[in-house]
Amino acid sequence: MKGMTLIVKETTRLLAGLIFLYGIYIIIHGHLTPGGGFAGGVVVAGSFILLILAYGSDYMHLTREETGTTITENLAILIALLIALGGMAFGVKIFFSNWLPRGTVGELVSAGVIPLYNIFIGMEVAASILTIFLALLIFKEELTK
Amino acid sequence: MNPLIPLFIAIPLAGAFLTMILGKFLPRLNKYLGITVLLLLAMMSLISVATISGGTDIYKVGGWEPVGGIPIGIYMVLDNLSALLLCVINIVGLLAVIYSFTYISQYTSENYFYSLFCLMIAGMNGVVLSGDLFNIFVFLEISAISSYALVAFGVEREQLEATFKYQVLGGLASLVILLGTGFIYWKAKTLNIADAREVLWAGSEKPFYLLAQLLLLSGFGLKAAIIPFHAWLPDAHSSAPSPISAMLSGVLIKAVGIYVIFRLFFNMFVLSEEIAVLITVLGTLSMAVGVFLAIGQWDIKRLLAYHSISQMGYVVMSAGIGMILVSRGTKPEVAALALAGALFHLINHAAFKSLLFLNAGAIEYRTGTRNLREMGGLAACMPATSSTSFAASMAISGLPPFNGFFSKLIIIIAAVMARFYLLAAIAVIVSIVTLASFLKFQRYAFYNGKREAGKENLREVPFPMVLSMVTLALFCLLLSLAALPHFRDIIFTPAIRILTDAQQYTAPILGF
Repeated sequence: MKGMTLIVKETTRLLAGLIFLYGIYIIIHGHLTPGGGFAGGVVVAGSFILLILAYGSDYMHLTREETGTTITENLAILIALLIALGGMAFGVKIFFSNWLPRGTVGELVSAGVIPLYNIFIGMEVAASILTIFLALLIFKEELTK
Repeated sequence: MNPLIPLFIAIPLAGAFLTMILGKFLPRLNKYLGITVLLLLAMMSLISVATISGGTDIYKVGGWEPVGGIPIGIYMVLDNLSALLLCVINIVGLLAVIYSFTYISQYTSENYFYSLFCLMIAGMNGVVLSGDLFNIFVFLEISAISSYALVAFGVEREQLEATFKYQVLGGLASLVILLGTGFIYWKAKTLNIADAREVLWAGSEKPFYLLAQLLLLSGFGLKAAIIPFHAWLPDAHSSAPSPISAMLSGVLIKAVGIYVIFRLFFNMFVLSEEIAVLITVLGTLSMAVGVFLAIGQWDIKRLLAYHSISQMGYVVMSAGIGMILVSRGTKPEVAALALAGALFHLINHAAFKSLLFLNAGAIEYRTGTRNLREMGGLAACMPATSSTSFAASMAISGLPPFNGFFSKLIIIIAAVMARFYLLAAIAVIVSIVTLASFLKFQRYAFYNGKREAGKENLREVPFPMVLSMVTLALFCLLLSLAALPHFRDIIFTPAIRILTDAQQYTAPILGF
């Protein structure tokens, strides 16, 4: 897939980092402000999609990236599941219980395991949306070849 | 709280994600991982059915206790009915995975297959264990979406068409179910099944709940392929890979369709006679129409798929008779008998229908065709497939000593005792037509004697496939024992008590 014009490339170069950071911000403040893992993950995926669309990519590169996103996605959701199972090993020993110390309400590091869920769900959502995008792109490349 | 309950969902989920990761690095490992997961689940379901003994286990996820007597968290409920369904899901799942061991190697990307399979199992276990309406919806979507992908696993033209049809109708069903759930949440202000029952029994807004009942009945009816909603089933079940057809026909339509209808209409809604009559009529319709649609089919898997509709009709009709009697409040022992027939036939159908689909897969594996006209004389070269499929055919047609005979007998006796003579007569006629249709299957596939060139060197299928077929055939024989009063008391009576007396279900959850 070919890239776009120089104007688009330059603008994307300036914007992509900001969008990525904004997504991270939404994810790690998930337990304090509106938004969370899912919303932030979509924004993070958006920054990657923007870069791929602006700069273009070749077929081999896309398939390698798709392998990477698939593994990230599964690893992230597996870790989220392990955190939930951790509730059965620590504390009150109940599935999905909040087994870390809660901290003070309103601080960034608080609410026990909830920020961890947000982070890994954010990774999962970002990686899976990117996987869907890459799969469609690979399909299109295969059609044109 | 029984720690096994969340593991029924966590283990297959973990298996699915691990398969995807390991499959990228060690592609040979994923089938062993799949078997390990299913073996664990099958043992856990046997343990839970052995230890439950009439009680109810409740698991409050996250440890959220009720506030002021109102359950606020996610509740998972394990009682005899769900334990029975768990056994069916996980044991048939285990046998399907063993069968896939060699069968699925004719496809590419095996790791996707095992991953999606584990996800489907997780979804079904979740539906069966869930104690509230919304989680039923969530888990139903997990199992439905993975089954859409599995139906299209071969990515041939016909499979893609089938899965598209399945997705459109399945999506419609999910929408209708969500709408019904929303209506109940709107008025009852709760999603917990036991809590909603208390509100519903307080008894205002009857027409409103009637609408919700109809929406949920049509949604889950679509999932269970009861007759006006059956259009997707023959395509989807016939074009999936055979172990998946066995799972879809043998387990999925029961776990996400029939089971939920039982649970909601017996344990949540106020049973009204008109809904009970409607369910009975739908069941009778699918029983009668399904078999007549089946008899003209020449594609083995389509024939079996139409028979699924017909056999599910038996289950729904028998449960409907039970519902009518429970709503009238008369003849409780006949209602219990009808429900016993329904549950027994449900389990039996899981055994013989999955076996028949596995047989069809074995035939397709060796001959490469699903058309009955192109087969013939397979009995000589595929003895295990031929004999197990004979057992399954006789079981589904209701011949003694196989399990189908006893469950159909119980259903017919219950219909006669409830004075629904017409239904009993229809059940007998449908059974005879089923026998005719399966004699056709046996004759054309195995005994026709016609041996074309190039078919002389057909061999029996590999050992893993034979192993799971023979195990299922043994189940077809051994499940007959469940008709004995002693076993019936252990297996069915507690489950029926939960269905007929909703207080049994709600009291432990609400804590009085």
